[in-house]
Amino acid sequence: MSIILETRDLAKSFGAVTAAANINVTIHEGEIVGVIGSNGAGKTTFINMVTGYLKPSQGSILFRGKEMVGLSPRQVTREGICRSFQVAQLFPELSVLENMLIACSMLGGNLFNPFSPLKTKANLQAAQAALDDYLIGEYAHAPVSTLPQGVRKLLDIAMAMVGRPSLLLLDEPTSGVAIEEKFGLMDTVIKAVINSGAASLFVEHDMEIVSRYATRVIAFYDGHIIADAHTTEALNHPQVREYIIGSELHREQAEGVRYAAN
Amino acid sequence: MGSDRTPIFLCAALLLLLVVGLFIPNWLVFLFTISMAKGLVVLGLILLMRTGLVSFGQGLYYCLGGYIVGISGQHWGITDVALVFLLVVLAATLLSSILGLLLCRYREIFFAMLTMAFSMILYGILVKSEKLGSTDGFIIAQATLFGWQPEVEASGTWIFALAVIITLVALLVMHLYFRSPMGFGGEAIRENEIRVEYLGVSPRRLIYIKYVVAAVLAAFGGAITAVAAGHVDPEMAFWATSGEFVFIALLGGTLHVAAPLVGAFLIEIIRTIALDLAPYTWQMILGGSLLLIIFFLPKGLWSLLPKRREEEGL
Repeated sequence: MSIILETRDLAKSFGAVTAAANINVTIHEGEIVGVIGSNGAGKTTFINMVTGYLKPSQGSILFRGKEMVGLSPRQVTREGICRSFQVAQLFPELSVLENMLIACSMLGGNLFNPFSPLKTKANLQAAQAALDDYLIGEYAHAPVSTLPQGVRKLLDIAMAMVGRPSLLLLDEPTSGVAIEEKFGLMDTVIKAVINSGAASLFVEHDMEIVSRYATRVIAFYDGHIIADAHTTEALNHPQVREYIIGSELHREQAEGVRYAAN
Repeated sequence: MGSDRTPIFLCAALLLLLVVGLFIPNWLVFLFTISMAKGLVVLGLILLMRTGLVSFGQGLYYCLGGYIVGISGQHWGITDVALVFLLVVLAATLLSSILGLLLCRYREIFFAMLTMAFSMILYGILVKSEKLGSTDGFIIAQATLFGWQPEVEASGTWIFALAVIITLVALLVMHLYFRSPMGFGGEAIRENEIRVEYLGVSPRRLIYIKYVVAAVLAAFGGAITAVAAGHVDPEMAFWATSGEFVFIALLGGTLHVAAPLVGAFLIEIIRTIALDLAPYTWQMILGGSLLLIIFFLPKGLWSLLPKRREEEGL
């Protein structure tokens, strides 16, 4: 498998605070990589740098050999890197179908034709089919603001996938989603990613999700990568167990106690 | 997806208005002409409002359009409407293309205040410009059409007809635009600019285009007003004039391309009646009307009509 994304000595500082340093990552075509780490470890900073939202303080990001540093998010998107967000970024007052229609027109490149209607029969059918692929077709006419969190997440990811990206970055795809919906959501997303042939990199706190869907894991701690290996190997890495899985267990236990108390 | 009946409705309504214009008194013809002129300005304004931007400076282009008509006739000897209107479009496009480069970077109150500032700069220049009549403005030469000069008594009617044709074309074009991906792009920017960026599109570029289109529409409105009134003055660029366009947009709503026309006509009617009833306090009646609209019809008068989901917002 050829390399699709390579970062070299990537770093990001906010004043005196170093959010990420010495980030050297290589992603191959079709790979599904889990990114783990406690809050503030640098996971989202890494994703934001790769997708052009943050400009790295130093280092380079090569996508298919092309330098991405300095490109805007839309240019990065056009190059074939798409993303979803921790908090789904949608058009809340529009319907699910309209959200998808807009995504299709913008990523499909037919935005700048001012006299071709958006809601043609063909466009509507294509958008509905895209929604059906992610099992959210039944919500087509509902305003986004009325949707449950899981459906919003799926729509967010479905809209990102419209551009047929070579690399899909998912920022905590299951956060805020009910426990019983998490695996269904990930099944749908990973199936779509595999079918498209894209590589995917997903940030996740739930180790069950990571061990089930990722073939490789990159672990962040305090802005640095402390492990980058096959999933089983990475999750058994002593530092990962001490700094990440341990803290995740504590976090889950604390949430469980709060949940039970409520 | 239903059949789109709006173009037929627009053609029928404006052709009917054209016919009615032949039988109504001159003052009402003038009122309709001015309503259409202001409606065009507001049409551009709602293009921006649907993108989440409110311009308090459309008076800039309204005034520019009017003064181009006036200067063309008085100083350059150009009175042919076709040529003058071409100059109006060129001037508005040129100025908005330059100012748009800056304005497309700003949002919310900053955008609103900057647009107003540019409008007030033009106002300031005009009131200090004695050659252009200073605060009094100046009377403009009577317009001609391809060499034909209508009699003075009939000028109101043909200018009205001209306004109907320009308005109809503008409404049809804007209706198509609002239904297009680019039209929906405005709503997308209003709802979530970050997502638009991550769909590979530049919100600034879209806003820039919309700003230029809105400027050209406003300039058309100013040009029609100038030709119909036969006079221009710096008040056209004053902030209160731009505020009135926002008022009309709120009154009519942004749900349909015809809403600005309805709003503009209603404002003219309310103003005419209010001036008659209360010559010194008529603004209170206008203000009261606006308050009622904001409280009871926040989406404007057009929201009173039953909605067809597939045409909502188109």
